[in-house]
Amino acid sequence: MFVLEKDIERKKEIINMKNVYKTYPNGVGALFDLNLSVYLGEFVFIIGGSGSGKSTLIKMLYREERPTRGEIILGGVNVGKLRNSKVYKLRRLIGVVFQDYKLLPKLTVYENVAFALDVTGVDSKTIRKKVIDVLDKVGLKHKAKEYPDTLSGGEQQRVAIARAVVNHPKILICDEPTGNLDPKISMEIMEILDKINKEYKTTILMVTHDIDIVKKMKKRVIVLKEGRMIKDYKEGKFVDEKL
Amino acid sequence: MKSCRTIFRSLRDALKSVVRNFSLSLASVTCITITLVIIASAILISDNVKNFTREIERDVTVVAFLDSEADETVRENFELSIKKNTNIETFTFKSKEEVKEDMIKENETFSKVISSWDKDSNPLMDTYTIKVHDVDKIADTASQIKSIAGVNSVQYGEGLVEKLVGVFDAVEKITFIAAGALIVVTIFLIINTIKLTIFSRKREIGIMRLVGASNGRIKLPFVIEGIILGMIGSIVPILAVIFGYSTLYDYFGGVLFSPVIKLVKPMPSVVNTSLIILVIGMLVGMIGSARAVRKYVKV
Repeated sequence: MFVLEKDIERKKEIINMKNVYKTYPNGVGALFDLNLSVYLGEFVFIIGGSGSGKSTLIKMLYREERPTRGEIILGGVNVGKLRNSKVYKLRRLIGVVFQDYKLLPKLTVYENVAFALDVTGVDSKTIRKKVIDVLDKVGLKHKAKEYPDTLSGGEQQRVAIARAVVNHPKILICDEPTGNLDPKISMEIMEILDKINKEYKTTILMVTHDIDIVKKMKKRVIVLKEGRMIKDYKEGKFVDEKL
Repeated sequence: MKSCRTIFRSLRDALKSVVRNFSLSLASVTCITITLVIIASAILISDNVKNFTREIERDVTVVAFLDSEADETVRENFELSIKKNTNIETFTFKSKEEVKEDMIKENETFSKVISSWDKDSNPLMDTYTIKVHDVDKIADTASQIKSIAGVNSVQYGEGLVEKLVGVFDAVEKITFIAAGALIVVTIFLIINTIKLTIFSRKREIGIMRLVGASNGRIKLPFVIEGIILGMIGSIVPILAVIFGYSTLYDYFGGVLFSPVIKLVKPMPSVVNTSLIILVIGMLVGMIGSARAVRKYVKV
């Protein structure tokens, strides 16, 4: 069963992972005995070297992968036990942003953002209002009629963020959103994510390699190594980490 | 309201996809068109064969000749017996005198000779003309009639009727088997078309899944696309049925080769056939696309 938004607010804990293991069918172990709690409105970085299990962790959150063992509760939903036919309900609680933006090249900026609402059955009037609002929020209202290939990398990523948050998800998962961007543009993206976190109270989980960004943002940081969580820095406590 | 919106938007997406993948759509539509033209021909041939068979069957009768010494009692017994036979529709009695009168009317040359026969010298026999319900069972019915007391002989065009009915049955079966095979081939072609559409929209499907589109919302446009392809594919066959058959009917003057073989009138036959073609087209499109979606859209 899906809990009401009010219940989520009351519980505060929006993600709870208990003794989570993940082994892929080819026998490769990706995560081992992971325990993690994330609270509503938190901004959490997940860092770690290649093969540390970062991507597997976030894929399990939006049910692209199932845990081999253990339990993942997200917004009151037991993600591992969720039937395939019900996954779409979970995904309406989550927004996802990728390194490669995943925009539709034949649609304009406006249409790309509206797409997320259109396919979930939102009425046209609400779509128009929400899309204009969110484009304003990411500073791209003036580019609504342009196509993705006419935009810079940073602008494309802002469109992707707008699409991910247009339906006000409880959680925003970002998989290396600044991976293709230069440091200046990366910081602009981080400012937008910070604004979304503060203004929409959206819980953000961001996977990154970029230690500079992590240092500057002063948020909670989880460090993964070889599939295990080795450190959990509270907000503002992160100094440095060798990946 | 939300489901109406989902259907409307799926329809919009399906139409867009048909236009966007024009060459693929055209290939499928062409295949559906060819199949439906053949199916339409099969239906019209079958209709005409059925009609022709019905006409022949209507004219087929069993004639029972009674013994020359058969009297009133024999006739009463005979009538009682055939009334019990469930395959007999109607029967009419003709005395040998009436048969004689008929023959006089039919043949001028022999009329004088026949007229000279009096009641005792009339070599003809009293007859019963019997119509049957099911022509397929005519041989059995004839032999049952022949076994009734007082019956001299029975005639019903032995062999010819069974052969004709057999040939027509075979023609009908072959046309429908061919149509069935073509439907299967077309379904596979639709599966292939929708598969390619699905692959070309993989990215879009991925994003739909990610943003929480329901399985129905992801799959429905493809199924509708199949139905639309089926509908477009049925346009040419429907026009061919309506105008082609009517023209053919007028050209042959309503009969084929001889007045014995009457063609089915265009109305309402062409309308019925067109509707069947449209429904088959839509079903073939729907089944093909639904199978492709089940196989290739992973949700």
